[in-house]
This record gives sequence, C-alpha cells and structure tokens, in this order.
Amino acid sequence: MSQYKFKLYITGDTLNSTRARAALRGLLEEGLIDAQDLIIIDVLAEPEQAEKDRIIATPTLIRTEPLPERRVIGDLSDLETVLSALWLTREDKLEA
Amino acid sequence: MTRYPRIEKLRTGISGFDDVTEGGLPKGRTTLVAGTAGSGKTVLAAQFLAEGIRQFDEGGVFVTFEESPEDIRRNIQSLGWTVSDWEAQGKWAFVDASPQVGEPLVIAGAYDLTGLLARIASAVKKTGAARVAMDSLGAIFSRFDNTSLIRSELFRIATALKGLGVTSMMTAERRAEFGDISRYGVEEFVADNVIILRNVLDSEKRRRTMEILKFRGTNHHKGEYPFTILPDSGIVVIPLAALELRQRSSNKRVTSGSADLDQLVGGGFFRDSIILVSGATGTGKTLLTTEFIAGGVKAGERCLLFAFEESREQLFRNAIGWGRDFEQMEKEGKLKVVCDYPEVAGLEDHLIRMRAEIESFRPNRVAIDSLSALERISTLKGFREFVISITSFIKHQEIAGLFTATTPTLTGGASITETHISTITDTIILLRYVEMRGEMQRGMTILKMRGSPHDHNILEFKIDGSGMHIGKPFRSVAGILAGNPVYVLPDDGG
Repeated sequence: MSQYKFKLYITGDTLNSTRARAALRGLLEEGLIDAQDLIIIDVLAEPEQAEKDRIIATPTLIRTEPLPERRVIGDLSDLETVLSALWLTREDKLEA
Repeated sequence: MTRYPRIEKLRTGISGFDDVTEGGLPKGRTTLVAGTAGSGKTVLAAQFLAEGIRQFDEGGVFVTFEESPEDIRRNIQSLGWTVSDWEAQGKWAFVDASPQVGEPLVIAGAYDLTGLLARIASAVKKTGAARVAMDSLGAIFSRFDNTSLIRSELFRIATALKGLGVTSMMTAERRAEFGDISRYGVEEFVADNVIILRNVLDSEKRRRTMEILKFRGTNHHKGEYPFTILPDSGIVVIPLAALELRQRSSNKRVTSGSADLDQLVGGGFFRDSIILVSGATGTGKTLLTTEFIAGGVKAGERCLLFAFEESREQLFRNAIGWGRDFEQMEKEGKLKVVCDYPEVAGLEDHLIRMRAEIESFRPNRVAIDSLSALERISTLKGFREFVISITSFIKHQEIAGLFTATTPTLTGGASITETHISTITDTIILLRYVEMRGEMQRGMTILKMRGSPHDHNILEFKIDGSGMHIGKPFRSVAGILAGNPVYVLPDDGG
C-alpha cells in the first residue's frame, strides 16, 4: 500500500484536462501511483468539492497524504516538476 | 439609423453613488474599480453586495483574491452588517480565492482558470445572485507566472458573468494616484466601465474622491466627487455638482428678525434665499443670527442653528443677554441648536450630518454660524465643494439659509468664504468696523439683494443690551469698505 493519496481536479474534456489525465495514466502504468489512491473530480460537475479545496486554476493535482498537502497546477506535461514537487520519486517506489 | 437599446443601470443603493453615476452601475456588465492601497476598494465592493441584499433583496457573491472571507466578515461587521447571517440565509456567498498558507504554486504545464469560473457560476446559481464583486485582481496576477494568460482568463470570466446576467464590480490596485489606470493592464478587458478611487493627502488633510472615468454608452457625471466612509453606513458619496439647481424662486418674504433690517431689504428676505453675513470678529454676526432665529420662531417657523464657533452654554447665554430664550424655544420644539467643534470630523462628515439634521428636523430656516470656522479643517478645494453642496442642498429644501463668514482683518477685507459663495448667495450683508474720530464704530451695508430694491447706504449699526439697532447712514465718509475711512467734503457744499 502506498502512503500517497491524490486528488486531480479537472474541467470536463478540455484539452488541458485530457492531457493531465493522460499524464496520470502514465504514472499509474509505471506503478508510481495506485489507482485506489487517486480521485478525479470534475469541477463542472462538483463545484462544491472545488470550493472546499479552493481550486482556482485547473487542472490541479493535490497530494492529500502524507501531510503537508502539496499542489501542482497545469496539464502535468512537465513530469519531472510534478514528481519533484510531490516528493514522488522512482526511488521512493523502489524502497516501498 | 439603427437605434441601439439603451444600457440599463442597476441601482446600487450606495448613498450618493447612484446620483453621480446617473442611476447606478451598467446592468449586466462589469465595472472596474481602480485605486491605490487604502482607497476604499474593498469597502465599495462589499457595500455593493450589502446594499443589494439590504435594499433590493438581491443576492451577492464575493470573490476574494486577497483577504480571507473571515477578514472580510470582520471588516464589514465594523460597518454594522453581519455577513454570516446573510450567508446562513443563502443571500451572500464567498468564493475564496485568497492565497493559501504553504509553498508557492508549482506549475507543471498549461492551465486555465476554469476551476474558478465554475465555482463563481455555481455560487451565483446557488444564491440567485444579481451582483458579483471580485476583490482584488492584482493578488491573482502575483500568484501566477503568466500575466497575459491571467488577463485573458479574467476576460473570459467577465464574459461568462455577463452571460449569467449579473452586474459585477472588479477591483484592481493602482501604484500611484495619478498615472496608469491599474497594474497588469486590467482595464484592457473591462475597459467599458472604469471608476477610480483616490485617497490623496492634500495640505495635511486626507481627501477621498471617486471619479467615474468612463461608462461606455451611458451618461454619468464627470469629475471627482468626495466621499467618506462612516462607521454605520459605509461609503457615502457627496454628489456636489450633480445636485441640480432646480429650486423654484419664491417671492414670499420672511422676516429677518429685525424690523429695521426688513425695511432696508425691501420687506424681508425671500423665503428660499441664501443670505451671507460677513464681518470681522465682534461686528455682530452672531447677534444677527440670533435675531434671524428669534424672528423665525416668533413667526411660527421651525429653525435650525448650526454653531461651530461657540459652545451651547455660551450661545444660550449670549442670546439671553439680548433677551432671546433659546432654551424655551427648544422646549417648544421650534428650535434645534446643533453645536459642534469643526475639528471633531472631516468636512464631508459634517456635510452629511448637517444634511441629515435638516432632513429630520425639516426647518423653515437654517443658520450656520460660522461657515468660515469650517475653513480650518479643509483644503480650499474641499471647502469650496462643501459650500456649494450645502448651499444647493438648502436651496433644494426651499427654505431660508443664513450663513456667517468671518473676515480675517478687523477693517475691510474679504474672507475665503465670501469669495467662494458670493455668486450663489442671494443676499450679502457686510458688517464692518469704522474708525471715526479715534473711536470704533460699527457699520452695515446691504451689498446685494437679488430680485429686490434695497438700501445702498452704509449705515450705523449699534449693539446694546436690547439687541441691534440700525441707525443713520455715515455721511461725509468714504473708503469704509476698503478699511481706511477718510472724511470727504459734502458734494455741493450742502
């Protein structure tokens, strides 16, 4: 079991949202993230959730666990930045 | 020719604001409010929503980019409104876009502000809002790296708000009071409607003003309008020139309180005229004011006296000395005396208080003793605006107003007050010291009496235990008004 939990906020099928989902799919396939630890929320369908998490820019990826919370915005195309910002390294996974 | 539909306005309910804007904010559009730090942007934005709920039962959404909702709730509470009650009733909603504690945002790829837009749209639907306030845009620019993207995204939000049918107000900061409209060129996307708030330090006095820079396709008043922020009613804009001079002119005469003076001005002052009494200290201005009040009360009128130079006790004691019992008049409800030190408030605040007193007491005549005491607490420009504003307000009520002005020198001279209001007054009475054979005497003349014949002599004016007495003209003396009287030989030896 991974100690990491994630939320991804997207807005329907916009280009940025589709790209962000694709990037995450890559991380799933690589085994860096477990599917059960990831929730995808569509702001257009669930604005209350976005209000609670105070989402401004989309897409936003939030690492909810472990604390402190970390956020990355954008379509996640810059994968190296995503990984380092979330302290999610390939080495972590290997140790786990 | 194609006729475009007129742009409707939405009454904001903010005092004076709807006069200056000729009806409020352009309906269904976005208005940019730009101002430096501390110019009152957030208060204006919050009040825009608050008045909507209080006066028109229109819901509001407050999008905050800078302060937390908690801070805003607390700040508005100090103006006397409880936002949390409105939130509980579903009339007010916050969209919290304030900076979060923690590290700066990490950006990894392309993004947009659809998330924010979806939250605003959802809040508008939930509250049925007619008004949206966004405060303040600069804070969002400083958090994201791509200024042009944020600008175009805000444009998209403004367009979407239009689609939702709401009237919105966005605030943005300015770096300086004069110069660029706003930082980050925010005005480029809401360029249709721009309001500028200023808070300028002028001659050691703070002066808040509001200027409608443009309202595309609709009318508004040009120029700067002073405003103030009061503890229990928030922003109050003073419309000044927006007041139309549409009062009727009456031929009905009212007594000046002195039979002698009534005779000199051809049978009394006109009922809806403004009278200015100018003179050095001790020439009898307060006495003339006292007689004006007493004469009104005797004729069954309601009188209101604003005193800025003397305390209540002193004023009442003086009046008793001249045989006028102000205390009794107040008891009978015929008189109200309002004593204030000019320094207790800014000039705008005085103006608003005086207007409120006049509106609630509904007097037939008003006296201000003295207008020039208020000069001390203001800049020249501010004072001028004040005089014009209070004068037009009194004229609007179609009542008589008597103002006194103190001249700086004992003999001759003119006061700033006089210079500023002589053209809008109907009657000017000068009280002057006249040095005659090594003795100070008092003189009086009616300089102007609009629409009526009047005495043109310079007359002796005496004050004793029983009040004022107007005597014979000074003969064989010239140069009294200039302050250096000289004897002249009678014209034709007669």
